[in-house]
Amino acid sequence: MADAGDTGWMLISTALVMLMTPGLALFYGGMVRKKNILSTMMMSFAILAAIGILWVLYGYSLAFGPDKGGIIGGLNWIGLRSIGQAPSSVYATTIPHLAFMMFQGMFAIITVALITGAVVERIKFSAVLAFSVFWFTLIYCPIAHWVWGHDGWLASMGALDFAGGTVVHISAGVSAMALALVLGPRKGFAEKVPMEPANIPMVALGAALLWFGWFGFNAGSALTSGGLAASAFVATNTAACSAAFMWIILGWIHRRPSLLGAATGAVVGLVAITPAAGFVKPLAGIPIGMIAAVVSYYFMVLRGKQNVDESLDVWACHGMGGTWGALATGIFASVAVNTAGANGLAYGQAALVAKQVAAIATVWAFAFVGSWILAKVVNAAIGLRVKSEEETVGLDISQHGERAYGGISQ
Amino acid sequence: MKKIEATIRPEKLEPVRAALAEIGILGMTISEVSGRGRQKGVALQWRVGEYRVEFLPKVKIEMVVLDEDVGRVLNVIVRKARTGERGDGKIFVVPVDNAVRVRTGEEGERAI
Repeated sequence: MADAGDTGWMLISTALVMLMTPGLALFYGGMVRKKNILSTMMMSFAILAAIGILWVLYGYSLAFGPDKGGIIGGLNWIGLRSIGQAPSSVYATTIPHLAFMMFQGMFAIITVALITGAVVERIKFSAVLAFSVFWFTLIYCPIAHWVWGHDGWLASMGALDFAGGTVVHISAGVSAMALALVLGPRKGFAEKVPMEPANIPMVALGAALLWFGWFGFNAGSALTSGGLAASAFVATNTAACSAAFMWIILGWIHRRPSLLGAATGAVVGLVAITPAAGFVKPLAGIPIGMIAAVVSYYFMVLRGKQNVDESLDVWACHGMGGTWGALATGIFASVAVNTAGANGLAYGQAALVAKQVAAIATVWAFAFVGSWILAKVVNAAIGLRVKSEEETVGLDISQHGERAYGGISQ
Repeated sequence: MKKIEATIRPEKLEPVRAALAEIGILGMTISEVSGRGRQKGVALQWRVGEYRVEFLPKVKIEMVVLDEDVGRVLNVIVRKARTGERGDGKIFVVPVDNAVRVRTGEEGERAI
């Protein structure tokens, strides 16, 4: 029997997480040059459409369907077969199974969209679609099953991931790096041609929508509307504030406190609190957020020094922010917050840290190697990169036949 | 007839416009442009570190005036647009063959 309060909160949370993908489109779109705003935003919108279909057709079944050896879900629930208005017997047992299915679908969508930040301004639209479909099927669904599926092997081992530190952020961040390395840098990157962000107010609006939607992402991952959701909500906001403020300080130390930096910091704090939100006390959001900002900031500096054009730093923000968050879960988790969790290092138990490290290492390795191979395959089959002239003109016109800002008048 | 092309600091546009109006020069076309001379560019913040922008925002005023007005116009612009720092801009004076008023078809000096 579905609970009305839980169902109401979960439907709202699902809608909140949906809004994050258009938010991401604005966040990324504002950071590229004027000629590539639309193509950058289009990647997120197209992925929202494509993965939204694949999820109900087979993705949910692969990720959450009846377990096959801890590795993958069976095809029993393909096309939403036997997913109805009644609750599931194993997942979120107080809300309609359809609501749980759609909530999880929004996670799959944004995870795929996150990767696109690495390859903006030079990847073919067709290649984005091809890579996304394969990546969703062969990388995302298995990882989601390992960590969140009933009897998934990382879940059975006791690794904790409240809302997607490994499944969403590490998998997307590490895959983004692999894809960027195969694709290669933008024209002019090696010569350090300045590439000015086209619209920083848009970046700030995108970050605000991500922050807003993240309450559904994290507090919704309580899968109920009670105290645990409230605890995760407070931890989430606290971490976002802490990381945003820390990034302001870091920017100031190095030169100037920029809005772009503050917006980035907020997102990084949200990333880091994601795996921990419902396992740690709300005030743990302060150290988790502040350290996340430092970690991502200096990995971003490092990425720049290596001359790798992972353009919008998906790896530094999500990969490294997520890695810190997964580790921090092993440090700050407390059964006083969530009896389904465990006590972490701060409460005298080292075992959880070891399990977190195992989960981190597994997802890193699988996502990096898998994405590298997929990128090579797509490159060989249809080519990843636009033609040189198309890159010069910009992807808005060359890939989509439109431009962000209209003509001179009329 | 001479065309005067003055590239100046954006914040000096209004004082220049007002002073030109006082001597009876009303017609002009302005555009927002980017440019550089001896003034250095500016360092802007990325998420980490910074990047340099070598061209700074300026305003370009274009107007066509009678030969006898050129000296007064140049004098007004220089007086009103100057700060004494690098980056105050430049003025070019170029000859104009003809001018046509679109509304009436009048040509030459009567058209300006």
